[in-house]
Amino acid sequence: MKFQKRRPTALAALLLTATFAFAGCGGDDSGDGGGSSAGGDGGGGDMSVTMLPKNLGNAYFDTSTDGAEKAADELGAEFEEVGPDTASPDAQVQYINTVAQQGKDALIISANDPDALCDAIDEARSADVKVVTFDADTNPDCRDLFINQATSEGIAAKQLELIADQIGGKGEIAILSASANATNQNSWIEMMEKELADNPDYADIELVDTVYGDDDDQKSFDQTEALLQNHPNLKGIISPTTVGIAAAARYLSDSSSKGKVALTGLGTPNQMREYVDNGTVTAFALWNPGDLGYLATYAAAALVNGDISGEEGDSFDAGDLGSFEVGADGVVLLGEPFTFDKDNIADFDF
Amino acid sequence: MSHTDIERPQPGAGTSTSEALLVEPSRLSPTRRALTTVLRSRELSIFLVLVAVVVLATTKNNGFLFSSDGWRNFLLNPSILLLLAVGQAVVIITRNVDLSVGSTMALTAYLTGRLFVDQPNIPIIVVVLACLAMGAVLGLVNGVLVAYAGVPALVITLGTLYIYRGIMLTWAGSDRINAGDMPRDFLSLGTKTILSIPVLTIIAVVVLAVVGYYLHTARGGRELYAIGSDPDAAHLYGLAVRRRLLAAFVLSGALAGLAGVLYTARYGTVSSGVGSGIELQAVAAAVIGGIAIFGGSGTVWGAAIGAFLLVTINRALPSLGIEDFWQRAVVGVLILGAIVLDRVLARRQARKLAESRDHS
Repeated sequence: MKFQKRRPTALAALLLTATFAFAGCGGDDSGDGGGSSAGGDGGGGDMSVTMLPKNLGNAYFDTSTDGAEKAADELGAEFEEVGPDTASPDAQVQYINTVAQQGKDALIISANDPDALCDAIDEARSADVKVVTFDADTNPDCRDLFINQATSEGIAAKQLELIADQIGGKGEIAILSASANATNQNSWIEMMEKELADNPDYADIELVDTVYGDDDDQKSFDQTEALLQNHPNLKGIISPTTVGIAAAARYLSDSSSKGKVALTGLGTPNQMREYVDNGTVTAFALWNPGDLGYLATYAAAALVNGDISGEEGDSFDAGDLGSFEVGADGVVLLGEPFTFDKDNIADFDF
Repeated sequence: MSHTDIERPQPGAGTSTSEALLVEPSRLSPTRRALTTVLRSRELSIFLVLVAVVVLATTKNNGFLFSSDGWRNFLLNPSILLLLAVGQAVVIITRNVDLSVGSTMALTAYLTGRLFVDQPNIPIIVVVLACLAMGAVLGLVNGVLVAYAGVPALVITLGTLYIYRGIMLTWAGSDRINAGDMPRDFLSLGTKTILSIPVLTIIAVVVLAVVGYYLHTARGGRELYAIGSDPDAAHLYGLAVRRRLLAAFVLSGALAGLAGVLYTARYGTVSSGVGSGIELQAVAAAVIGGIAIFGGSGTVWGAAIGAFLLVTINRALPSLGIEDFWQRAVVGVLILGAIVLDRVLARRQARKLAESRDHS
């Protein structure tokens, strides 16, 4: 009796161990295979495009997919979106393999990892699939084009422009950043500091403090409080991080500084809607993921049609957005960050 | 009346006040007893440090206390940590610890947001009750594991800290609850004041008062101290050790659940990282407030003052122009100071007890 009782337990334990072991090498498993069966083209004149975001069920990527779908409609291309539930690199590999096997014409992907996907993408490209990355790039040599949402210069300049506009061009400002060692944040801050020093338009604006909220809601909130307490003459706060700007807005919206201290930075419409509606924030910036998906689809189509080869200096037409030129390393820049304010925020849901 | 007096020596003759308080407190008059208890309490020294910090910060920048925002934040900011510290104090008094409160708070904070997103018209009180219940269940899991498995609470709750956080990560994923998802009534609760005292602070202080009164006077409360002083002796004496431990962990979980609701009302944003690390602040608040880490002594009043002190120091140091690194170091110094003080006092107490025993 005892013996029988133990057996299922042992079996369960074995099964469990085996599951973990297989899960461990799952990445390698799906990495190869596929490759061989990639003969035929999409067939006919119709172009087929597959969109592979980092994960599904993510409002940001839902918006970019809407943009891409609109572009595909305009181009008369067949459009499909696939993707994993969670944003992990090995989860995207199987979808890339499938695209290669189906002989699609183009793959538009936001990469979960710059290196891990390259093998799978290489195989897809050898099966004549054009690969365009957007939002998050892979290594430049394993894709055809990267659609860059914004440059550091553009982001820094946009935020200064917004804050200068909101505080009337003069007064003390402060920056609420993410962590002290975040490279992108620091490069934006450095560019803003340089611009403040060099640009005569900003001569009357003084940057009095830079504090770090570590992309933590509570810490960013507390840092906003400390900023307002320590700098009674503060006119504006720039927070180039989505967590920071929402926390700062939350603090401001219930404090006596509401309406007296301006706040801008990089934020998403869903996070900021409440604070734009109640007047705490007048305008903030980010790129428009819809435009990003739209442009990526036009770029993919231009590659498939042979209009461009992805070389620096190539230029192509992207419907409503106008004409774009490929820059160094196969990068296409979407443009200046997009400004959200109370007139347009209702149009976005991400 | 008189015949008892004959047998007892008068307080002044032979024994000092402190000795009388130690050996036979009832010999002193009630007022004098109360006064001496307060003057000799650990809580007083922590309270004085708190006053000193506030005075220093206010002289440097009088907006620290005397602006409307400053006063409100002074009372409001510690209220969430205060709840966690009260729950933690009760658990530590039983010679256990609950490290999972941060993750519990995260889960209930997300539950709060989720309920408002899925059922926009749900009454606030239902959300509060749901979060209390969820916190209590999570606390019960800890309690059952600690009381019946016989594994130290440090290990059990370290495990549940990660398990609960894992559940949170799976449940919430990259999803965020934003201020716009929740009703304005609920969000305004986060900063609303009654007679210039924030509602959240009132909630926290009411909880503190109830728990403090229970621990001080009720049989169940005193038994928690007995269990913490010597678990084996408590068991031999026939106290319901397991039941009391379960109750302590359920209370700690439920208060963490309540803290989750308050967190959401206050900060208006919930992401999967909410409250990571706050469990250590709760332990720190309790220890700084004079709760002995080996259980059996200390009060929730002390833990509450400890929570106030921790939060207020964090607010005050930037105003005083002290850098980030030193802000953390100061908290460390406070903890070490509290523990050293604890040891010194415990040793002195033991020596005095021995001396007074020799006297009699």
